[in-house]
Amino acid sequence: MAVFNRVESPRKAEDAVFDQTILAGDGWAHELQPGQVLRIVDLEGNQAADTLFYDADNPDDHYSAAATIVGQGNIYLTAGSVLRAESGKVLLKIVADTCGRHDTLGGACSAQSNTVRYAHEKLHMHNCRDTFMLQLANYEGAYTKRDLAPNINFFMNVPVTPDGGLEFADGVSAPGCYVELQSMCCTLALISNCPQLNNPCNAYNPTPIRVLIWNS
Amino acid sequence: MNLIWKTTMRPGGKWSGFVGRGKLLRFTALEAGANVSMLMYNARDLSERYNMPDTLKAQHTSHLTRGHVLMSDNGRAMASITEDSLGWHDAICGYSTREATDIKYGATRYQEQRNDWLRSGQENFAVELVRCGLGRKDLVPNVNLFSKVYCDEDGCMHFCEDHCKAGSTVTLRTEMDILLVLSNTPNPLDPRNAYPAVPVLLEVLPAAGVESSDYCVNYRPENRRAFENTWEYYALMGV
Ligand SMILES: [Zn+2]
Repeated sequence: MAVFNRVESPRKAEDAVFDQTILAGDGWAHELQPGQVLRIVDLEGNQAADTLFYDADNPDDHYSAAATIVGQGNIYLTAGSVLRAESGKVLLKIVADTCGRHDTLGGACSAQSNTVRYAHEKLHMHNCRDTFMLQLANYEGAYTKRDLAPNINFFMNVPVTPDGGLEFADGVSAPGCYVELQSMCCTLALISNCPQLNNPCNAYNPTPIRVLIWNS
Repeated sequence: MNLIWKTTMRPGGKWSGFVGRGKLLRFTALEAGANVSMLMYNARDLSERYNMPDTLKAQHTSHLTRGHVLMSDNGRAMASITEDSLGWHDAICGYSTREATDIKYGATRYQEQRNDWLRSGQENFAVELVRCGLGRKDLVPNVNLFSKVYCDEDGCMHFCEDHCKAGSTVTLRTEMDILLVLSNTPNPLDPRNAYPAVPVLLEVLPAAGVESSDYCVNYRPENRRAFENTWEYYALMGV
């Protein structure tokens, strides 16, 4: 798979059937029908869109970071990547991408992981896993904490080195960069627009993202 | 040290069980080329489990070795790696699936091969999770002991075929009461076309108390805070 495989989309915003801005720190959940295309736009650049997917017909089957990266033999996502569930089922395919590379290993921030990574006093800060759980609470018990699995961080750059290191870097995304995913089945998309204020990747300034959906 | 218990996992074998904190889990590859897929849950609250991203990003690593701590999704140290003769265990490749096993090694069935049919990590984990009151939704990225997979500058993943020698060992110390789930099945990226037939010895021994000078506690400030979260959890429960 080519690296920084930037592919532009032919879709026009005025043809979208759904168009919404997700403010910094907010969450969003939406069911995609088979064939529908979801675009996530990094409006101001270097924002992290923490995203999880579920097979909506079988909610026990969530996105799998390992099945996805092993399936393509590469840890980064870009145009052409196939997103898989734990069962191996193909949930979505990335059909356009002007950022060129997205993180599969960094996961979502949480109150508890903030105490580990930064300081015990960070427990009170708003975080992505709280956002995920607040969104899942709207599904009347269909989803619980057990359904949370390591997610995708769209627009995040988490380079891994050949000697086994891992770092959080910036500079891959830019204002207006977007990624487009076509759903191969009925999927639930769950997004936390990351409120992280401890990591310099976003210059300590979380910014809005925009989501658009086309029927094909 | 006094051995508490041991078992030898046969190729394709699986095991799950509850292990109290303060134990050493010593794994030994009895032949070259072993891979043991491992999952870990809090024995007292099975919704808390080993979390790959939280573990890797807190320690700025994409692989696991001595000094590293396996962290839960609640910010706690579940187990730490106290000894390691290999220097690298895979944290990102996940478990083998039935589909990939059939494609790579040829389809096998109980009806022809009896107990020599080739098991997959996916099925082994599913059985043990259901046995313990969990299910497929509880599957998450696991640790693959004895395997080395590195990523080049472009992110392409490379499996090292001669990494694990016969007699290689890795020892984990339990920092919490855990449910341990194991599957002795191939790494998904192992390119060899023969199903690895490597038995692995698991010995459980008592661990000495964790001193403030402990190597894993002091490996990084993040590790100490994860240990502190674990100690606080047990202090609050009074156990
Ligand atoms: Zn976040």
